[in-house]
Amino acid sequence: MLQSNRQDLLKAYTQMRTIREFEERVHTEFAGGTIPGFVHLYAGEEASAVGVCMHLGDKDHIGSTHRGHGHCIAKGCDVKAMMKEIYGRKGGLCGGKGGSMHIADLSKGMMGANGIVGGGPPLVCGAALTAKTLKTGGVAVAFVGDGGSNQGTTLESYNLAKVWNLPVIFVIEDNGYAESTASEWSVGGSQTKRAEAFGMPGTKVDGNDVFAIHEAAQEAIERARAGRGPSLLHVKLSRYFGHFEGDAMTYRADGEVEALRRDHDALKIFRKRVTEAGLLEAGQLNEIDTDIAAFIDEAVAEAEAAPPPTGDDLLTDVYVSY
Amino acid sequence: MAKKSYRQAINEALALEMRRDPTVIVMGEDNAGGMGAPGADDAWGGVLGVTMGLMPEFGRERVLDTPISESAFIGAAVGAAATGLRPVAELMFVDFMGVCFDQIFNQAAKFKYMFGGNAVTPVVIRTMYGAGFRAASQHSQTLYPMFTHIPGLKVVVPSSPYDAKGLMIQAIRDDDPVIFFEHKVMYDIEEEVPDEAYTIPFGEANLTREGEDVTIVAIGRMVQFANEVADTLAKDGINCSVIDPRTTSPLDMDTILESVEETGRLVVVDEASPRCNMATDISAAVAQHAFAALKAPIRMVTPPHTPVPFAPQLEDLYVPNPAQIETAVRAVAGYAR
Repeated sequence: MLQSNRQDLLKAYTQMRTIREFEERVHTEFAGGTIPGFVHLYAGEEASAVGVCMHLGDKDHIGSTHRGHGHCIAKGCDVKAMMKEIYGRKGGLCGGKGGSMHIADLSKGMMGANGIVGGGPPLVCGAALTAKTLKTGGVAVAFVGDGGSNQGTTLESYNLAKVWNLPVIFVIEDNGYAESTASEWSVGGSQTKRAEAFGMPGTKVDGNDVFAIHEAAQEAIERARAGRGPSLLHVKLSRYFGHFEGDAMTYRADGEVEALRRDHDALKIFRKRVTEAGLLEAGQLNEIDTDIAAFIDEAVAEAEAAPPPTGDDLLTDVYVSY
Repeated sequence: MAKKSYRQAINEALALEMRRDPTVIVMGEDNAGGMGAPGADDAWGGVLGVTMGLMPEFGRERVLDTPISESAFIGAAVGAAATGLRPVAELMFVDFMGVCFDQIFNQAAKFKYMFGGNAVTPVVIRTMYGAGFRAASQHSQTLYPMFTHIPGLKVVVPSSPYDAKGLMIQAIRDDDPVIFFEHKVMYDIEEEVPDEAYTIPFGEANLTREGEDVTIVAIGRMVQFANEVADTLAKDGINCSVIDPRTTSPLDMDTILESVEETGRLVVVDEASPRCNMATDISAAVAQHAFAALKAPIRMVTPPHTPVPFAPQLEDLYVPNPAQIETAVRAVAGYAR
């Protein structure tokens, strides 16, 4: 249980705050025109990545989505190298060749953000197959959006994970919108009943409550590690920014995001819970906030100062040998 | 050494590599067959029997039958490759790429580059191609050009049992994603194939006939037709070189260019549809790099720009044949400015 361990509480808050600060800062810098390309931000969804990935180690794999920065940070990727990657610079996590939508670090078990909606679940089944075949004890987690939950790849992966009895956890991060289209309209049936229809447990979780996610993920991951097969978590949460940076979000209700930030924010909820229960002190959390703000300042400064890749980099890394 | 079929050669390559390396696994629809069914285990060994006998030796943990779910299991093979296995997945008919191509061309092909070099994806995707089985439009296409187009993939098109074995072992040991094209009409052709493991490197063409008059480049099943034509025409004093590239990515253009520099005349034979296929690709490269050596216009022998038809009479008209190749070779050999 997350509440019972002070170190875990500090880690959970630090990671959630790092993701929030990272994303808020990328939002600001993108608006200033210094970041190229397409960027999709995870702010508002932090509790999901953190609550799940706290149970994972380097032998465990995750597959992510186009909204992948939070999963990367929660899985232990180098945050400064991530910022350089988003700027498209040398020293980026992928040498500036992947960018926001393809950030990956296989050595950390992070199989990549993915520019293809629904691209990840089959790959995650593969990582789980490796764990099962080589008996590493590892599990694999597929983070999928509500949009991705309607892709055939995702539904096929439910079936494959079930019939091969793979150690997979499907985490449906339902932020209410597939691009501009409401998940209430685009998702037929229920996410958890879909899971049950494939013969695996499905649990709905409050995505603003890191304690609830941590607990639900623990059960699913322990089940997978014990060889009892896949399960699914339907995590209901919200994103604070647009589908992509530059999205004016005209499809959202007036005041919707402001109300979410005010009344349903995962970091605020966490802070209130732990301080009221006397588990952590506000001062400690403030200190973490200050340290992380400074760290992200450094990450941005280092990314802006880093040189871009050169013509030589264009032609390398296509093949191991050719 | 004994005579072995193209099918046996591939089967033997798989078995040898599975014995050598415990991370090699095989997966696909009915690769063993009979999974969960009341009758025989290892019922099929793949739809045309290429993986027959592997499951009894290596068990169901290393010879995995799959649901009919190409996106999921081809993607799983890719994900398994990126995390430590060497899967050989069977995409039964290459025509089925339509339901799983994303996992091949957006995922497997691009991991290494997108991740800044920090990925190896040693997956092999075996697939059947080609017309001649009366299997009609959705089970007969020759689609290696579509894979050749994608940076990050290697594409292998063996034309004989000997090559099929050596190229398959190379494919399994190779650290890049490899698409391995097996012509379904060729499974029963036989030749001497060594019992032991050997590899044939990618990107090294095989010169199957040597002659100074005309260069014929042919791929896959078309190599045997080209050889037949070369043998026929030699009797008439037209001596052809026949080049089998063996792999379309990487492509051994050096050997083709060297030959054209000598002969000045080129015929390219490709079973793929005529637009943006290997014939156009090779012809363009020769026109670009050996223009001065050319003594005649390049000729391409391909099917027409149509789907593969069903009726035997129509399919026979569709597939390039030795007579068409002979006509093309005679035309370039006799061409004078």
